[in-house]
Amino acid sequence: MSSSLASRKTFNLPWVDRLLNGLSSFEFGPKLQASVKAAVVPVVAILIFLGLWSVGAKQVQTSLGQFPGPAAVWDQTKALWGEHEAARAKEAAFYERLDKRVEKAIAAGKSPERIEKIQSRQYTGPATFIDQIFTSLYTVGAGFLVASLIAIPIGIVCGMNATFYQAMNPIIQLFKPVSPLAWLPLVTMVVSAMYVSDDPMFDKSFLNSAITVTLCCLWPTIINTTVGVAGVSKDLLNVSRVLRLPFLTKTVKIVLPSAVPMIFTGLRLSLGIGWMVLIAAEMLSQNPGLGKFVWDEFQNGSSNSLARIMVAVLVIGFLGFLLDRGMLMLQRAVSWDRNAVVR
Amino acid sequence: MSSYLNIDHVSITFPTDKGPLNVLDGVDIKVEQGEFISLIGHSGCGKSTVLNIVAGLLQATEGGVLLQEKEVNEPGPDRAVVFQNHSLMPWLTVYDNVRLAVDQVFKKTKTRAERDAWTRHNLELVHMSHALDRKPDEISGGMKQRVGIARALAMEPKVLLMDEPFGALDSLTRTHMQDSLMEIQARLNNTVIMITHDVDEAVLLSDRIVMMTNGPSAKVGEILHVDLERPRDRLALAEDPAYNHYRAEVVKFLHERHVQPDAPASAKADADDDESEGEQDGIRLVS
Ligand SMILES: Nc1ncnc2c1ncn2[C@@H]1O[C@H](COP(=O)(O)OP(=O)(O)OP(=O)(O)O)[C@@H](O)[C@H]1O
Ligand SMILES: [Mg+2]
Repeated sequence: MSSSLASRKTFNLPWVDRLLNGLSSFEFGPKLQASVKAAVVPVVAILIFLGLWSVGAKQVQTSLGQFPGPAAVWDQTKALWGEHEAARAKEAAFYERLDKRVEKAIAAGKSPERIEKIQSRQYTGPATFIDQIFTSLYTVGAGFLVASLIAIPIGIVCGMNATFYQAMNPIIQLFKPVSPLAWLPLVTMVVSAMYVSDDPMFDKSFLNSAITVTLCCLWPTIINTTVGVAGVSKDLLNVSRVLRLPFLTKTVKIVLPSAVPMIFTGLRLSLGIGWMVLIAAEMLSQNPGLGKFVWDEFQNGSSNSLARIMVAVLVIGFLGFLLDRGMLMLQRAVSWDRNAVVR
Repeated sequence: MSSYLNIDHVSITFPTDKGPLNVLDGVDIKVEQGEFISLIGHSGCGKSTVLNIVAGLLQATEGGVLLQEKEVNEPGPDRAVVFQNHSLMPWLTVYDNVRLAVDQVFKKTKTRAERDAWTRHNLELVHMSHALDRKPDEISGGMKQRVGIARALAMEPKVLLMDEPFGALDSLTRTHMQDSLMEIQARLNNTVIMITHDVDEAVLLSDRIVMMTNGPSAKVGEILHVDLERPRDRLALAEDPAYNHYRAEVVKFLHERHVQPDAPASAKADADDDESEGEQDGIRLVS
């Protein structure tokens, strides 16, 4: 026992001694304090937000009833999940029946064409909320991927070649501020005119949404890649000149790695904008996805609609957050610039 | 008779916003194989420009550089450069930084295993074998500069060019690096041109010290032969009258004669004004 505790020694109560001892040796270091704070502050903030929301919601009366508070939204979350599970069960049952019919047809010795025709039937129930989530994620992913595959090479060439940059710059500056929703009618018309095939690989609605996302994801990536590539340290380029690195090696070994942090900044911006634009595009053009869900609920106008829209709003926000975190983690994993505080 | 490296009446004029700027005017330096040359002069006089012309990173407007009788007009690994700020790729480890150069230079002449061994050998030479897997961010300034030197040595250059290689280091680290460099130089006997601001460093390391006049239109002011026996020991030399004489010569040039190369050493008239200028320009008289 340490001498400092001797003065606090209690009579006949050794467990108090032990408790005091334990407490005094427990580290209330700044690190622990910081991590407790980091955990508590957001929770408190969310609780306050929920409180204000629930109080505020009660004050707002709309033609569709009271504005939904947290409780109503939670109920609708469960309801939406229930609908999804019911739809899944229905789908499973449909395919079970289909299998049985196929078996029967085979037993009855029907022609192979007929059997194939039975087999090829698809379940066509309405898309549930969960389905819409995945549709939106898939669409934004596809549009973003295509945009990145186009934008990164363009940005690299822009950054390395001043003439090409001068040529591209007015085009980029002109189209960058255009809301991609303005493109939507054009995209829709062009897709329906050009994409004619008997056995389409993609739905037209999917293409419309994805191309719209692509159009808005291009610019931040091009601009940031250009800045990153053009900003490669002159000394490093001199090293590559002294070594006489061939163009490709120089690009892969020096230019790209040093531009990676900027490229990812562009990608993160693009994905964020793409996600926002996609929801708007889905609402506007009635393409499947979360945007359509919101619009349908709005048109539906039942007493639950507002709560269901609120669920969608929260889910959209949360998914946007996850997408950004995902990109951030990727950026941290591939970025060499450990000093840069990436948030 | 032609020298190993011949910097032949090199002049360079940069176009600037305020009209053409003549930075070098007929700089003429002849370097023999295995010689260690220091370039010293006030800041902005054009030392880096000379080095970059030898490296091929800049083109002379007039005159040219001959290495073994062949004209130099583009950069190449036969004239390796150690840059002032190390210029290591921050995303590559110490080993990979050197290996990148080794792979490029000995692509056709060495096998993979030989290149690996050669990379390790050069890092061993600068005493960096213990930190092969560290990134430049994770090592000290002196260590980074060692790696930069290892990378340049690994190219087996005909001429090693160093632009203030130790300028950014604290004085204790700098003395260590100078000793390392002397040790390496004793083993490899490279041909070296080194820019420095440090008078002691110049005298300690060089066979000859090339002192440049102030720009614009800088030229070679004076060339000082340093006839001190090698290996040199900084402690023993501190009391050596010959060493102190050389040192004084350089200091005198920088403070009295750098404006006009032909002016007599006793031209005190403008020396007082220039003294303060010399300090501002970062010439380290005491290190
Ligand atoms: N590309 C360029 N365009 C215009 N002027 C230049 C260029 N490069 C160098 N200069 C000028 O040439 C002069 C010499 O520059 P240099 O970098 O060679 O000096 P230095 O002796 O190495 O100086 P320091 O000791 O500070 O490194 C400076 O006045 C500089 O402004
Ligand atoms: Mg310089």
